[in-house]
Amino acid sequence: MITELTSTRANHLVDPSLQVWGWEIPVNLFLGGLVAGMMVIAGYFLLSGRGRRTNCVCFLLPGLSVVLLSLGMLALFLDLEHKPYFWRLYTTFMPTSPMSWGAWILVLVYPGLLLNMLLRLPEALRRAVPVLAAWSDRLGAVPGVARIVGGVNVGLGVLLGVYTGVLLSAMGARPLWNSALLGPLFLTSGLSSAAAFVHMVAPEPEERVLLAKADNTFLGLELVLIGLFLVGLASSARAHIEAVALFFGGPFTALFWVGVVGLGIVVPLLIQTLAVRHRIVHTPVAPVLVIAGGLLLRFVIVYAGQLSRWTLA
Amino acid sequence: MARYGMVIDTVRCVGCMDCVVACKTENEVPEGLCRDWIVTEVRGTAPQPRLEIRSERCNHCDNPPCVWCCPTGASHIEPFGRLVQITAERCIGCKACLAACPYDARYVHPRGYADKCTFCVHRVQQGLAPACVAVCPTHCMHFGDLDDPNSEVSRLLHERRGHVLLPEAGTRPRIHFLT
Amino acid sequence: MPQLTRRRFLQISAAGLGAAAAGAVPTVMSSVPAGAARAGEVRTVPTFCDVCFWKCGAIAYVKGGRLWKVEGNPEDPLSRGRLCPRGTGGVGAHFDPRRLTAPLVRRQRRGAEEWAAVTWDEALDLVAGRMRQIRDRYGPEAMALFSHGIGGNFLKHTLRAYGTPNVCAPSYAQCRGPRDVGFLLTFGEEVGSPERTDIRNARCLTLLGSHLGENMHNTQAQEFADAVGTGATIIVADPRTSVAASKAKHYLPIKPGTDTALLLAWMNVLVREGLYDRDYVARYGYGFEAFAAEIAPYTPEWAYPVTGIAPEVIRETAREMARHRPASLVHPGRHVTWYGDDAQRSRAVALLNALLGTWGRKGGFYAPSSMTVPPYPYPPYPESKRGKADNPGNRYPFAEEVITNGLREATLTGRPYPIKGWMVYATNLLHALPNEAETIRAIQALDLLVVVDVIPSEIAGWADVVLPEPVYLERYDDLNVELFREPFVALRQPVVDPPADQKPNWWIARQLALRLGLGAYYPWKDIEEYLDHRLRAAGYSLGELRQKGIVRGPQPPIYFEEGVPAEFPTPSGKIEFYSNQLRAAGHDPVPKYRPTPEPPPGSFRLLYGRAPVHSFSRTQTNPILHEMMPENEVWLNDDVARRLGLRSGDRVRLRNQNQILSNPVRVKATPRIRGDCVYVVHGFGHTARGLGRDAARGASDAGLITRYVVDPLMGGTGMSVNFVTLEPEA
Repeated sequence: MITELTSTRANHLVDPSLQVWGWEIPVNLFLGGLVAGMMVIAGYFLLSGRGRRTNCVCFLLPGLSVVLLSLGMLALFLDLEHKPYFWRLYTTFMPTSPMSWGAWILVLVYPGLLLNMLLRLPEALRRAVPVLAAWSDRLGAVPGVARIVGGVNVGLGVLLGVYTGVLLSAMGARPLWNSALLGPLFLTSGLSSAAAFVHMVAPEPEERVLLAKADNTFLGLELVLIGLFLVGLASSARAHIEAVALFFGGPFTALFWVGVVGLGIVVPLLIQTLAVRHRIVHTPVAPVLVIAGGLLLRFVIVYAGQLSRWTLA
Repeated sequence: MARYGMVIDTVRCVGCMDCVVACKTENEVPEGLCRDWIVTEVRGTAPQPRLEIRSERCNHCDNPPCVWCCPTGASHIEPFGRLVQITAERCIGCKACLAACPYDARYVHPRGYADKCTFCVHRVQQGLAPACVAVCPTHCMHFGDLDDPNSEVSRLLHERRGHVLLPEAGTRPRIHFLT
Repeated sequence: MPQLTRRRFLQISAAGLGAAAAGAVPTVMSSVPAGAARAGEVRTVPTFCDVCFWKCGAIAYVKGGRLWKVEGNPEDPLSRGRLCPRGTGGVGAHFDPRRLTAPLVRRQRRGAEEWAAVTWDEALDLVAGRMRQIRDRYGPEAMALFSHGIGGNFLKHTLRAYGTPNVCAPSYAQCRGPRDVGFLLTFGEEVGSPERTDIRNARCLTLLGSHLGENMHNTQAQEFADAVGTGATIIVADPRTSVAASKAKHYLPIKPGTDTALLLAWMNVLVREGLYDRDYVARYGYGFEAFAAEIAPYTPEWAYPVTGIAPEVIRETAREMARHRPASLVHPGRHVTWYGDDAQRSRAVALLNALLGTWGRKGGFYAPSSMTVPPYPYPPYPESKRGKADNPGNRYPFAEEVITNGLREATLTGRPYPIKGWMVYATNLLHALPNEAETIRAIQALDLLVVVDVIPSEIAGWADVVLPEPVYLERYDDLNVELFREPFVALRQPVVDPPADQKPNWWIARQLALRLGLGAYYPWKDIEEYLDHRLRAAGYSLGELRQKGIVRGPQPPIYFEEGVPAEFPTPSGKIEFYSNQLRAAGHDPVPKYRPTPEPPPGSFRLLYGRAPVHSFSRTQTNPILHEMMPENEVWLNDDVARRLGLRSGDRVRLRNQNQILSNPVRVKATPRIRGDCVYVVHGFGHTARGLGRDAARGASDAGLITRYVVDPLMGGTGMSVNFVTLEPEA
């Protein structure tokens, strides 16, 4: 048994534990997940024919998504240490690199969102940019266009949501992240955050109720995925068992169980279940908790993951 | 083409850090950072603890996760010696490679790009050993072509017992420690 | 990314080799730009190192006009082309931001470190004026020189010409002195520096507290690794599981202060079991029967409760040593001033070696040789009527060098005559001598304290005048004509210019001599003339040495079996198992075990040692070496640490028996040390303001060594006799 292990290495950002990623990455992953969820919801509404209604929330979402996604990209950019070389992402495609996939997925996501926006341009924009209005009209004339755009948005949303998880789960060196469930978990969390968000901004009460119900499903699924994620790690190699201990007595125990699971999932799930059954009225409390919980989940996973490492027995 | 690797004899190594100092001066590694370092592993208890002292650095893995995760190809496998190298002007500083390396062998250079041990490729191309190997006063470090069965490193691996670091990480590291 | 084809590779290689042959290696532009070094024309200059006193041959590289790196000179038999980490990091000495840059004169009370920068003329006039006053008022013997390293040669010359015999170095009474006396009394010869130990060929190597590998005296460390690598049996007795101990087949975690008991028990086994080299002892030994009778009571069973080493382990290790004799070296150590009985302990080491027949034998102690390079022909030095002041009445009868602490005492007491001036060259006396307070009191009794150094060390802080010297990479020094395994002569020469107005020691020594009217002792104008004169007298030239850095002579025989005459310049002309000299002086003719006081309950004996990346207290501001080890730690047994509620990384202060409190220092809780002692690496915890905050990190063992025991044979100061407690920092 090792009784003393010393290293002379003391590299910045690396020792005594990895600290390469600060707030920027969890914020980017959260916003990416949120936008992914919003794209899926907007796309679903279009597919399901709700897009025929004038004030469907699906016409509000693409614009919001562009803003939120751009904020997320800004956070990612701020994290880069070699910023003037940012463009190098787009001189190549590296099929083994989740980050390269992400960069190229974004290239598709923005047009997807813009197409969605064009389906029903806000009046102000129509008046300001007549060219856009013309394009919008031309797009609207294509038969079945709403379903196509909807399908594209659902697909891209799923890709984007899964990507935010795969980015981390591809890091075999950080045992906590090394779970295939991280992609589905982040996608589901993105969907639940998006549902909560849309629940708050949707103009129609019917949609709000629908989204609260959907959110409850996502939150329930998220609980299942978190459970599987933990069980998976705990039943894996020693490094993974040590990693999952970060949530069982380790430094992230309270933040994870009280913050992410308790306040971020269980409590809003209870509130929204009661609200859906008309026991209490809908308030922004539950959606705000869900959104905060989604953000906290990214922070906890990114920070705790950097603390987890392979060590010698 | 050769597949360069190192064989380090922990029996001879005294952990004097000459390899670390030589790397710093040879490669002008910025202050506060290092490309190689000394790990002292103590097993057992007083009065007879056992030590393994290791000079560690980038393992130039055959299956390098840092390369696989790099979004721009800045981290790549160089044809020369099949070494894992970094092209600074392709690196965007995303630090994915730092997170991907189970040996934590990389750091961010103050100029913003990921940096690490190059196996002193500029010396190897001149027919010299890497600075750490060339300086070692205990002659505990050996560098050469692992694919050449007649090389010193291959011979040592054949004759002596050794291990690599974190074989369970699946990286197939190319630095072997003789015990 | 340009791909490097084999053809291109060959072109680069050829270009590199061709240029190397021409003496200038152009930087090859790597296909891997990340971390590729600065471009620029490279030139190389051979010289020899000065980060410690080993003086390894080195080749310095200058790239684009800026010092780049230092490598070992493959021609050098000391380094065999590989420097130690300090030598490799020697580049940092040049770039040290804390260096002294101009001559300084004290402005306030001594020790306040308030200075006025002056010109060299002002500084030298001041020093020479005071030295003249001291000579007129008290006689030339009232000046003393404390010097360390080859750089002090010219100052020694000036001071001897001035008329003082009081020229000393802490390397004697605070380091290797007892060892050399112990061997002189036994074999009639010293171990020397570099030690004449044939570690490379030893089949069994026994170390007592000697931590080769952490103590990076290059040749020794290299040969130690060779011995380990080729499967030699290593036996280590040390309270701490040193790196060397970790390589040992037999590690004996001995109770501190009981080494002599272990040595006596080993000899007892060898004699009782008839395992010693009977032939060798019969041929070369004197007084063996009396010796055998003296050591008869020291059985392993007797030694067990004293040392904590089980009798069967003592027997087994003694037999193991005997099995490999004569290639069975018991290392004499180097820093051996531990408990005040160190010359006798060293004599026990010498006697154990004598039993094993190692002196003059392959794998034991070889007979060193040196080149014949005549000294520069100077007029004879003036005779001192009063003699040296360090050892009045020959109190320490076997001291054969000047005792630093003896001169300190003479300064304090004025007896046998007053000492009024100290010149200190490249030795930080406050960290080298035990009991800082005593040194400071002595300084207060001086009319003049001059410090010549490269960094503003603690002793410089107390000086009246500080004279800044260029570091070794910026200056010439005297030739290194070493007594070693093979003869060679090496040159130190400037590689780069000094960054400011620093002047080399030879220039300072000469300027002082001229101002003191001693021009006759400096017939040469500059050091190149001096060096060339000496080299030409030996059949070489400065030009040749400047190009090669080192010239080697033919390898002479170095063992008895190769024809080296077995001569022992002792009174009996033999190896003195029994010493009539010692008996006549009232000391034990055969070593006896005398216990040293033990720490009171709750206290720990303070042990100290070396780290491979620092030399004494002189390298903590070298930016490269500082980065390698910015502070020391206090090693504490992990079980004891648990009992005290301490963990690795916790900060504590050490308090010694005289209530001296150290700087905060981090705990290293480790199974690698006994529970009755703690250990720190020497040289940290600086207090000199000029060295800055970084050098203040860690604890100073020197500050805690207020108690010392003087060796009655030769005046050395045993310093492992201090006890500390640990006080957690909030």
